[in-house]
Amino acid sequence: MKAKKKSEPAEVFRAEGVTKIYRTGDVEVHALRGVDMALYAGELAVLLGPSGSGKSTLLNILGGLDTASGGQVLFRGEELTALSESALTLYRRHNVGFVFQFYNLISSLTARENVALVTEIAENPMRPEEALDLVGLTERMDHFPAQLSGGEQQRVAIARAIAKRPEVLLCDEPTGALDSKIGIIVLEALTAVNEELGTTTAIITHNAAIREIAHRVFYFADGRIASTHVNDRRLKPGDVTW
Amino acid sequence: MLALDRKMLRDLRAMWSQALAIALVLAAGVATLILAVGAYRSLDETRTAYYERYRFAHVFASATRAPRGLIERIREIPGVAAAEARIQEFALLDIDGFALPANGLVVSLPAHGSAQVNKLFIRSGRLPQNGETAAVAINEDFATAHGFRVGSQFQAILHGRKRRLNVVGIALSPEFIYATGPGDFVPDDRRFGILWMNEAVVEASYNLENAFNSVSLLLRRDASEPDVIKHLDTLLARYGGTASYGRKDQFSHAFLDAELQQLSAMSRILPPIFLVVTVFLINMILTRLIALEREQIGLLKALGYRSTAIAMHYIKLVIVIAVLGVAIGFVLGTWLGDLLTRMYGDFFHFPFLVFQRSADIYVASAAISVAAAVLGAARAAWQTLTLSPAVAMQPPAPARYRQLLRRRSALLRHISQLTVMVLRHIIRSPLRAGVTTLGISLSVAVLVTSLFPVNSVNFMIDATFFQSDRQDATFTFGDERPPRVLQDVARLPGVLSAEPFRTVSVRMRQGQFERRTQIVGRPPGTDLSQVLGQNVTPVFLLGADFSQILDQSLTQISLPESGLALTEKLAQLLQVRQGDLVTVEVLEGHRAVVEVPVTVIFKSFIGLAAYMEMQALSDLLDEGPNVSGVHVAVDKRYEADLYEVIKNTPALSAIGLQKVSLEKFRATMAENIVFMTLVYTSLGMLIAFGVAYNSARIQLSERGRELASLRVLGFTRAEVGRILIVELAIFTIAGIPLGWLIGYGFAWILIQGFESELYRVPFVIERSTFALAALVILAAVTVSMLIVRRRVNNLDLIEVLKTRE
Ligand SMILES: Nc1ncnc2c1ncn2[C@@H]1O[C@H](COP(=O)(O)OP(=O)(O)OP(=O)(O)O)[C@@H](O)[C@H]1O
Ligand SMILES: [Mg+2]
Repeated sequence: MKAKKKSEPAEVFRAEGVTKIYRTGDVEVHALRGVDMALYAGELAVLLGPSGSGKSTLLNILGGLDTASGGQVLFRGEELTALSESALTLYRRHNVGFVFQFYNLISSLTARENVALVTEIAENPMRPEEALDLVGLTERMDHFPAQLSGGEQQRVAIARAIAKRPEVLLCDEPTGALDSKIGIIVLEALTAVNEELGTTTAIITHNAAIREIAHRVFYFADGRIASTHVNDRRLKPGDVTW
Repeated sequence: MLALDRKMLRDLRAMWSQALAIALVLAAGVATLILAVGAYRSLDETRTAYYERYRFAHVFASATRAPRGLIERIREIPGVAAAEARIQEFALLDIDGFALPANGLVVSLPAHGSAQVNKLFIRSGRLPQNGETAAVAINEDFATAHGFRVGSQFQAILHGRKRRLNVVGIALSPEFIYATGPGDFVPDDRRFGILWMNEAVVEASYNLENAFNSVSLLLRRDASEPDVIKHLDTLLARYGGTASYGRKDQFSHAFLDAELQQLSAMSRILPPIFLVVTVFLINMILTRLIALEREQIGLLKALGYRSTAIAMHYIKLVIVIAVLGVAIGFVLGTWLGDLLTRMYGDFFHFPFLVFQRSADIYVASAAISVAAAVLGAARAAWQTLTLSPAVAMQPPAPARYRQLLRRRSALLRHISQLTVMVLRHIIRSPLRAGVTTLGISLSVAVLVTSLFPVNSVNFMIDATFFQSDRQDATFTFGDERPPRVLQDVARLPGVLSAEPFRTVSVRMRQGQFERRTQIVGRPPGTDLSQVLGQNVTPVFLLGADFSQILDQSLTQISLPESGLALTEKLAQLLQVRQGDLVTVEVLEGHRAVVEVPVTVIFKSFIGLAAYMEMQALSDLLDEGPNVSGVHVAVDKRYEADLYEVIKNTPALSAIGLQKVSLEKFRATMAENIVFMTLVYTSLGMLIAFGVAYNSARIQLSERGRELASLRVLGFTRAEVGRILIVELAIFTIAGIPLGWLIGYGFAWILIQGFESELYRVPFVIERSTFALAALVILAAVTVSMLIVRRRVNNLDLIEVLKTRE
């Protein structure tokens, strides 16, 4: 994978005409109205767009948390839409790392144990300590979530997401609940993982400034990708002004 | 409608299955109270009404032959409202197609007018009329047992003369609600019937013209029973009267009374246990349920709602659930109570039933239930309301187990994190863990309590029929026979061994305490019929007597060469201890009055009997070694021959077939106890299921978010489901032994209420009962788990990502 990366980046995700319709009673909500996109190995993509434009919906479909109503989603050439519930579980277990706005840590487990939760079931994980070191939390490994700040909790969530060396890292507003200083630390952790492990990363954000750190930026509007922008020059998280 | 009320209704709809499960637990508690008390009061009321309408006598007496004119003097005894003289004699029956020998009690009907005492209820047909020599009315049980209807016929040997009788009527009498044949302990309707016949016919058959040998008295409300009895005894003494007795010594009444007393014990003890357990469970469940609302309560408070308004909101929610439960309980309890009343009414052959609906139990059970529910909700709501909204909106901090973790972290690293999650969750909230465990234990306890009476009754039957009275049959002669009758009996076909006995009616007295009973005389070291009991060696623990709990084993009581062996119950009634003297007033023959020492007191399950060595009894009576009856062991192969001989040998008069009556007894007991047990066990199961289901559901609510997060991380449904299963399994496994212990206690309380003069129910809980209770719980937990598993499988993964905890 890494050998290919330099010359001709492999396609990790391919979405073709993906639609998603939520039905509640008589009301139909068209969350996605035909999305076409591709994500390449090692790429860091940022997804922008107004609230309700379908960003989370797409990310959840890519991550195997939800299924599309129409169209095709391919992961390394394999169709996700065709997978059964248990196959999707295994797909999440071995290939996907998630980071969410609300951390979603297990409150009865310490930082280290929250990470171990994932490494125990992964195929080729790093040690929990290693993952926590990557996000700069070596000091606070044995603390419970309730004893950590929001930024620290989010970094534990990132450590938990990357500890299994996933192929893709999907982040939904990872800095949404954090201030800019802490937000930067979290973004630094994400870019570090992207660079050092070559993990394909997609980040949803409402902070337009963050687009500067991406290889590519997708602009969502009304359930579609309105436009795509390739950054010629990327900024380090610390250099972004927000 | 206010937004809060709309929220309440929507919450209710969302948790309908849980609300229903809670309501059903409550309903089970309410229903037990209503059904048990309802059935008992209905039957008690029915009996009173039956006795009253059919003028059931208060005092009974018999004589050998009293002149008919004496009845006028008996009617003049102060306090007597009515008196009826009649003839009662046993007859041997020969019924076509029925191999066993059967007995009848011939009872004469007044020649003129209808009876003033012990009136008959005619189920069908009519009573025999004057001049009808072969007409007979029979009791309904006997008729049913043989399929007799008006017009049926059977043969009877009346005083040595066989004759064919025509059934002209089928009747019921308050006097023979329970009718037991001579030599039998328990009713067997096939082998014993009441034959009401024309007075003139009976007089002629038994050579008792213008005489009577039995009298029943109805007393006025203000009469003194002991005075009347004394008066009557004096009048009858010259005519061979044995001592008169009141209702409490009348067999049918005593048996019925013992049954009703058991029902009353059931209604006084079991339902309160059920109700207390259920309201406690409801309280616990609702506390946990409302505790789950912590964030919502915090939010409402932050929005500016008053604490009382918030508390009211949750209280309304639980009141709706409680009222639902109480309503179901009312319907279920009333229905089951009526069913039980009908069943017992059928069994007792009451001619009619009076259904009692007592408002007090309905009001009480509803009030207790609603109060417990409200208290549970209020407590939980209040706990949260005392917090500041900001704190309330956050999950409680897991500070408690920090220490424990540090010390054991090396060890913990070897266990899977899922297991750590389970253990931590249990340790973090020991109260919650304890409450779930207790809930499961109480369900187990309720099951043990409702199942064990069958064990006790079986033990009693076994002790009585297989260890104590092991004879196959008992011949009773009705009068005394010389000892050589033993050889006659031993020569009958199929008789393997024979043991004589002597029974004497006596009145025992000690100080102001007295009791009418029988002394049974036996040769030393009998084999067939043994006097069994528990030698009382009290075991004192913390000041309580545990001997009867610890030792249920029976040993043969060896009869002393002189002196009396008394059952503990009789000794209690007479207030005597070992070594005391009692005055024994013999009520037959020479009517000796002697002082006899009590040499042995033993515990036994049935009756108020006193025993003596046979020789000592003869000495006491100052007569030869006479025999009143013979116990025999019968060779099964020659049974038919034996029956054939007996049927045609009037001299043998009456035979009791213990093993045959045992089957009947078991069937009877089975019918009643099993039905009761079934009702209570079903309700116990309902409670068990409700508790298990709610525990699982609350568990899921508490953990739902974490479990969904685990699913997002790639844990399979099975792995996530296992967390819940393991947790609940731990609570269940801890709860079962605790439940056995609590159930043992409940059962012990219940058994105390079963004691009557007729029998003392032994306290026996078989291992199978414990096992069954545990199995029911395991099944309830498993089913609940399977239902909850489906919810785990359908956890909404995306929803948990959108919301903050
Ligand atoms: N479970 C659901 N049922 C019905 N409609 C839904 C559901 N989830 C999302 N939607 C609708 O789908 C649309 C897209 O939602 P989505 O969460 O993808 O938006 P988003 O771009 O992530 O918005 P935001 O930036 O606010 O997070 C919205 O209109 C939303 O209301
Ligand atoms: Mg979103």
